[in-house]
Amino acid sequence: MISIENLSVRAGMFRLDGIGFEIPTGKHGVLMGKTGSGKTTILEAICGLREPVVGRIMMMGRDVTELPPALRGIGYVPQDRALFNTMTVAENAGFALGLRGWSQPDIDARVAELAGWLDIATLLQRSPRDLSGGEAQRVAIARALAARPDVLVFDEPLSALDEDMRGEMCELLARVRSHSNATILHVTHSKTEAARLADVVFVLKDGIVSRETSTTK
Amino acid sequence: MSAPASSKPILTSRASDRVFIAGLALIGALYLFLILAMLAADASFTTPWRIWEALGSPEIRYSIKLSLISCCVTSLLSIWFAVPIGYVMSRFDFPGKTVIDAILDIPIVLPPLVVGLSLLILFQTSVGRWIEEIIPITYAIPSVILAQFSVACAFSVRTMRGTFEQISPRGEHVAMTLGCSCAKAFWLVALPEARRGMLTAATLAWARSLGEFGPILVFSGATRFKTEVLPTTVFLELSVGRLESAVAVSLLMVIAAAVVLMVVRIFGAPKSF
Repeated sequence: MISIENLSVRAGMFRLDGIGFEIPTGKHGVLMGKTGSGKTTILEAICGLREPVVGRIMMMGRDVTELPPALRGIGYVPQDRALFNTMTVAENAGFALGLRGWSQPDIDARVAELAGWLDIATLLQRSPRDLSGGEAQRVAIARALAARPDVLVFDEPLSALDEDMRGEMCELLARVRSHSNATILHVTHSKTEAARLADVVFVLKDGIVSRETSTTK
Repeated sequence: MSAPASSKPILTSRASDRVFIAGLALIGALYLFLILAMLAADASFTTPWRIWEALGSPEIRYSIKLSLISCCVTSLLSIWFAVPIGYVMSRFDFPGKTVIDAILDIPIVLPPLVVGLSLLILFQTSVGRWIEEIIPITYAIPSVILAQFSVACAFSVRTMRGTFEQISPRGEHVAMTLGCSCAKAFWLVALPEARRGMLTAATLAWARSLGEFGPILVFSGATRFKTEVLPTTVFLELSVGRLESAVAVSLLMVIAAAVVLMVVRIFGAPKSF
């Protein structure tokens, strides 16, 4: 479960107050809003990358408001994927596992498992610089999933992809949900994405988050 | 809708574009010619044999050795300081940042002699004298490194700041959500991405140190077999009328600078400034 209670967060002169919403455990929640409405600001606060002014962020029953990003148990896929260009695809995918002290054979096995079902097995020794948009997205998802986080956060995951690739990636995100059992927060401005993927939809408009009932599954 | 009566016809032609581009090329060519003419004049003033002869002089060999060592130490010190300062300036906002930014640029805009004089005065203060009691600095070899470092580090800081500003912080953010502390994200993600910028910063610091003269003359003096570096040699050789030796040493510095520039162009980060 992801629960946001009375959250106030600031980004320069921009400020959001009284934000609250809840995504039940194992569900795919979509937060919609226009560009510049503050979706990413909320997402950064949830990830621990932006300190809230007030409010509480709960994840799987834990109050994580004061925790550093590393201890929140989040798999984060940013809009620009932000793959580590000095590492290979395999090193990207296994990054979180190395930090957790996994042995190299265990890392290799987990990376191979992820590479198999995300269809990136042939890319493992490549540099992220040589990947297409769809391939980079798959690698970013593999990296986020590797340590089996309780919460997955996707920031506009399909915005940089062409129309054909979007359909394919939507299917992949649906598979990610069923495969990982993680609670998902997915930020987008696309109603199509929300309609295809969301169990629960929230709309951020004029600084207020409201739950949309008509499009939920 | 028809165009208003006052509307002027657009007057342009391929010929006017060519004139404009030719004008730009001419201005650029004039400056390039000045640089190449200076180098050609130096080269025509001496011969490889005379350069070799100059290299045989014990004073010049000492100054080459001191220049190489002091430039390498300065370069390493500059990187050691420039990486954290450049990272902080590019990643964090804090009160007084604009003032600190301006202060960091002071060594670049300050006249070189003033840098030397300021260092000299600094080591006449009570703190400076206390440091001198532990390690003699003024008019000794450490003063050469400190004088070079004072100026070269400012260029390295600028380069590293530019480098980190070109690297999206998003990678470090992702690394932190995956389990990194701030320091680990810097070490594992930002620093490897910045390696080309670090090479550029180190090389620029090295080249800048090699040509540093004003602060060294004031703060270190021009004592042979003690604080003599290559620019000091040029000055000393000129002052005793040995123009050919001065030109030979100058050409050595030109060659070193050319090599450094090639390294920066080949391996360096694009748009360092």
